[in-house]
Amino acid sequence: MNVNASLIVKLIAVAAIACVPISGESFYVELVAKMLLMAIFAMSLDLLVGFTGLVSFGHAAYFGIAAYSVALFTAKFGQMSLWVMLPAAILLSAAAALVIGIFVIRTKGIYFIMVTLAFAQMAYFVFHDTPLGGGSDGVYVDARPTAAIGSWVPFDLDNELHMFYFVLVMMLLVYLFLHRVLQSPFGRVLMGIKSNEHRMQSLGYFTFGYKLAAFTLAGALGGVAGFLYAVLFGFVTPELLSWHESGNVLLMVILGGMGNLAGAVLGAFAFEAMREFFADITKYWQLLMGGVIVALVLFLPGGLTAIPGRIKRALQGGGAK
Amino acid sequence: MDFASFLIQVLNSLQYGLLLFLVASGLTLVFGIMGIINLAHGSFYMIGAYLAFVLTSATGSLVLAIALGIPLALIFGALLEWALFSHLYKRDHLEQVLLTYGLILIFEQLRSLLVGDDVHGVAIPAFLDASIQLTEVMSYPVYRLAISVVCIVLAVALYYVIQRTRLGMMIRAGNDDRSMVEALGININMIYRVVFALGVALAALAGMLAAPISSVFPNMGSHVLIISFVIVVIGGIGSVWGALVAALIVGFADTFGKVLLPEISGMIVYLVMAVVLLWRPEGILKKG
Repeated sequence: MNVNASLIVKLIAVAAIACVPISGESFYVELVAKMLLMAIFAMSLDLLVGFTGLVSFGHAAYFGIAAYSVALFTAKFGQMSLWVMLPAAILLSAAAALVIGIFVIRTKGIYFIMVTLAFAQMAYFVFHDTPLGGGSDGVYVDARPTAAIGSWVPFDLDNELHMFYFVLVMMLLVYLFLHRVLQSPFGRVLMGIKSNEHRMQSLGYFTFGYKLAAFTLAGALGGVAGFLYAVLFGFVTPELLSWHESGNVLLMVILGGMGNLAGAVLGAFAFEAMREFFADITKYWQLLMGGVIVALVLFLPGGLTAIPGRIKRALQGGGAK
Repeated sequence: MDFASFLIQVLNSLQYGLLLFLVASGLTLVFGIMGIINLAHGSFYMIGAYLAFVLTSATGSLVLAIALGIPLALIFGALLEWALFSHLYKRDHLEQVLLTYGLILIFEQLRSLLVGDDVHGVAIPAFLDASIQLTEVMSYPVYRLAISVVCIVLAVALYYVIQRTRLGMMIRAGNDDRSMVEALGININMIYRVVFALGVALAALAGMLAAPISSVFPNMGSHVLIISFVIVVIGGIGSVWGALVAALIVGFADTFGKVLLPEISGMIVYLVMAVVLLWRPEGILKKG
């Protein structure tokens, strides 16, 4: 697909999503809003997994930290201003990612996967066990942040339509931002690290710093998704930080095909749709989901976006090797 | 803390640490030798505990249940390796994570279908259902001591098998260099199958032993899985002795953490891990 055709497909997809509220079904509006924020989450992880080659299995921590910050700040100070709360939530997630990153970036391969997991568990227990987090029952977000600047109110997050378009715009902003980052010299270095870190080091790049920056940035963007989740659903539980969530978002990235921002978005939509669909037709959705995952790994290495290539190769294959 | 309660905590730490060692030893062997990240390893612990529940209900004896359960776990492990894991050796770690994550969902759902979602207790065998009086008010259950003894015996047996037998030699060789072992005419796939089945059986046995004290409940494998990961990381991937040392460290840190610093007890194990990793990024006993 050439660049223009790809752009047109994306624009049509965005236009289609923007039309969802016309259906008037608040169930679908909320579902698609959730898909959009999960797409942000998946893109933030793809920056690490797909572009830098860092397989983080604890990415839910940054999602959860931002979500909890919304709940805890609102509980303490009452309704927050969006313009304070959003940067604060992002900053907290980024700070957590920076600190954890200093520890985990030193490790490689399997160690990295497991150490990120262990740190996410640590974060999970902070909210699950300590007085700070309110225990396993979770915390309600009593009021959505207000977008008011002085007496001027540009939009109102309590309005479901405004909320939906706010999430959509955030998703697009994150997409464009990451797209830009990946084309910058910084992004090129990250991709270089993915394909051959030693070579980047011998070229004089301080790869630890680049990886740490990517890890922090991914944490910050995961925080954007967590912020939106808390605002949209008005409720946070420690389960948001659990390793199941880290597994789910990893699955979204792989489902769409790694190293492809649009793929991460597609993966998030496909995953959430699958979850809704299976949960709808049967209470045994875990069994189906698990079966799909196992089949996907065994028979479809490369994810959904690899399907066209495989078909092409099968057709051209013939007798040639 | 007086001496008697200190002693009780020490015994608890040992028992917990040794039980974790059973789970972590299989995990670290599968990591080290086969290069596979197995998230479903905690499920084997859960399956063991439910096997203990179901078989004890059927036979009326935990000992009999364990005697039946271990061969079942070995067969299950060998089948699983044959059907699924043998396809994963040359795959990316990411795909291994995914497949085994999918397996967790399947195992938990099957558990829910077959046994249900209720919490169940398992009776302690009558001959172990006693306590040793330490002081007038404090006593220690014999069953917990028995768990520690069984685990120590198994650790010694594992040491013997790995260090002193021909099979152990092949396992160690497979850990170092797979293709060289194959070139020497050893059937490495059979070694893998044995190691995997052994790991499954050890984790399942840990679940069976723990069933009477922790009871059996949904998702019981997931906490054990994560703690076992921590142990493998602290000990160094592939090192069974590292896993033993790390399991004991974790056992003591967790048990004494709950007594001395109850508010942050959930995190202490992870703090220990962070400190160890700062000191040695590849674990305590990483070789080479």
